[in-house]
Amino acid sequence: MSCHTPVLEPLEQAPPAPAGSKTRLRTVALIGPPNSGKSTLFNRLTGMRQKVANYPGVTVEHHSGRMKSIGRNDLTLIDLPGIYSLSTYSEDARVAVEVLTGKMPGVPKPDCVLLVLDSTHMNRQLMLAAPVFSIGLPTLVLLNMSDQMDARGGKLDTLALARELGHPVSLISAAQGTGLEVIPEFLLHADDKLSTNLRPVQLPVLQTPAACRTWATQVTARTNYQSPAASLWTQRLDSVLLHRVAGPLIFLAVVFAVFQVVFSLGQPLSDGLGTLLASLGSKMTPLLPTNVLQLLFRDGLWNGVTSVLCFLPQILLLFLFIGVLEDSGYLARAALIADRVMRAIGLNGKAFIPLLSAYACAVPAIMATRTIENKRERIATILIAPFMTCSARLPIYTLIIAAFIPNHKFLGGFIGLRALVMLGLYALGFLAALFTAKLLNSSVMKASTAPFILELPQYRWPTLRSLGFRLYDRGKLFLKKTGTVILGVTFLVWVLSVIPMRHGQFSDITTSVIGYFGHWIEPVIRPLGFNWKIGIGLLSSIVAREVIVGTLGTLYGVDPATHSLGLQAALRHDMTLGGAIALVVFFAFAMQCTSTLAVVRRETNSWKFPAMQFTYMTIVAYVAALVTNQVIVHLF
Amino acid sequence: MVETKVTALSDAKVGNAGVLESINLPEEVSNYLAHLGFLPGTSVQVLRRAPAGDPTVYRIDGVEVGLRNETARHILLRLTAEEAI
Repeated sequence: MSCHTPVLEPLEQAPPAPAGSKTRLRTVALIGPPNSGKSTLFNRLTGMRQKVANYPGVTVEHHSGRMKSIGRNDLTLIDLPGIYSLSTYSEDARVAVEVLTGKMPGVPKPDCVLLVLDSTHMNRQLMLAAPVFSIGLPTLVLLNMSDQMDARGGKLDTLALARELGHPVSLISAAQGTGLEVIPEFLLHADDKLSTNLRPVQLPVLQTPAACRTWATQVTARTNYQSPAASLWTQRLDSVLLHRVAGPLIFLAVVFAVFQVVFSLGQPLSDGLGTLLASLGSKMTPLLPTNVLQLLFRDGLWNGVTSVLCFLPQILLLFLFIGVLEDSGYLARAALIADRVMRAIGLNGKAFIPLLSAYACAVPAIMATRTIENKRERIATILIAPFMTCSARLPIYTLIIAAFIPNHKFLGGFIGLRALVMLGLYALGFLAALFTAKLLNSSVMKASTAPFILELPQYRWPTLRSLGFRLYDRGKLFLKKTGTVILGVTFLVWVLSVIPMRHGQFSDITTSVIGYFGHWIEPVIRPLGFNWKIGIGLLSSIVAREVIVGTLGTLYGVDPATHSLGLQAALRHDMTLGGAIALVVFFAFAMQCTSTLAVVRRETNSWKFPAMQFTYMTIVAYVAALVTNQVIVHLF
Repeated sequence: MVETKVTALSDAKVGNAGVLESINLPEEVSNYLAHLGFLPGTSVQVLRRAPAGDPTVYRIDGVEVGLRNETARHILLRLTAEEAI
């Protein structure tokens, strides 16, 4: 959900090396140009799962892991951000160069290098080879995407290329997992330079990109490289998907279809899961002793946690769609279609990919802004990213929409009112981002100077393996969060709703600590159409947005008046339409996420920006919710 | 093949192909473009325009790259042939 936790392993304490190998080799670096498939290979070799997608700039940090999948637990593999040369100025390229040259604190200097190049356009990819060889580490050149190369009729002579480069060269396909056996072979001999039967080649010292390019072109010409024909399917698809009229329409249809399916397929699944969990809860309650424990379990924890848990199907559906769009290469086309809008608000073209990934979660999105060289533009992008509707808003959105918006259908059932409202909420967040960007550009930030340069990857079929892993990881993250943060907050809310004890009896919810506090803050939120329970929910959701659903589940579960109702029915019983819509509008704008604030603090290296962002977003949220409620109250 | 007119990349029509003549952009930008293959002497084809008419997609060395016209204006192209895709 709203946190991104790369699985990292400690770098120290290497287990013993297998017999026969030398122990000198410890650290291997994986390097290559953007979108050459380094992370896919990293995941293959370590059995770990770093985020991969079919567009450049996905990896912005270095990650490391043991090379378990090839039986070399003693070796640490470092996955680096994609770079075009060793002299680029953006944050992600600087990380790559520092690690490679052993200047990154806390990361050991690599002993050898796996250079990954996309075999389908070698003239360009080889430009990185000369600077990497000049570092002087044993290097294995892996020409990736051999499957694409074969399918589209390209020709490449690995032996000739190896002689030309003075380093071993091999064709692989990281996606298909073919040709990888060359890697353990290379690693066994990497520290023993004499074992390679290649004579050392004196490579020219290349200073400028033009010189690198000339060299690369000469090398490919001498080795009779034949680049594969442009993928016919990519051309055919693009002539439709980027068509003047059809393109934007398809883009809108795709976005809408995502929401429609999240509702029409996801809602029944979520409701089913909710019913299942409720009956499970009522079966389990009698098993507990009839005392505090039973109350705690039934009213507090179970109600709170399951009201969030039942959104799992919808979250997974959303990520399935995001996965298909990312892996296929469609997102880069979406960037092209949307560029006109981005330019109108003076936003850097490079801001698009981070902003797009903010639809899943703002935390990786803010880290992805490292690809933006210009510091001011980077900060502007960081500041607007949390307005993009992240998946943590999904539970409260679908809860309120399912409870308050009738399930009307238009156009023979293809378009549902609920999906339309959801789309409206996403649009609202996007408009807030546009407005804020405009505001920043005209005041704090100066006009953008960095040009829009976007590589369009070839379309690829998303593999079941990659989609399955995405869903598994997302599901695990969601369950983990439900079991920790939400369980914890729910417990706290329950305790506060039954204390203080009076004459050996628990407090009634209205006379409890939380009841007093809730009623005390109620005047502030009353004009928004929120009652005190919503107020407590809002406060608790500063931790993370989904928490409000858990808190409300607990509060309505403890209250005798709504005890027997489901959460949807309890909300309908307790809120007006104005208040309900105002609540989702509040969530569209508010900065309810400590992980995001923490990552903004880390990436900007100051408390000023997160504080400014929190204040600004909360004020916008409050005013927008106030206006929404007042308008609805006066209209209906 | 007879035509050897030099034009701004942004003015070339969809389907036009040619060889890059010069790139007149700030060093930071031209370096980045160079790594994508935009160097004098490389052949380029104008593939298609985005639905809004801008950016335009160019094929350079089998790679497709989208550039805004404001950038492509500063790149000169020597047209070698006019052919439809």
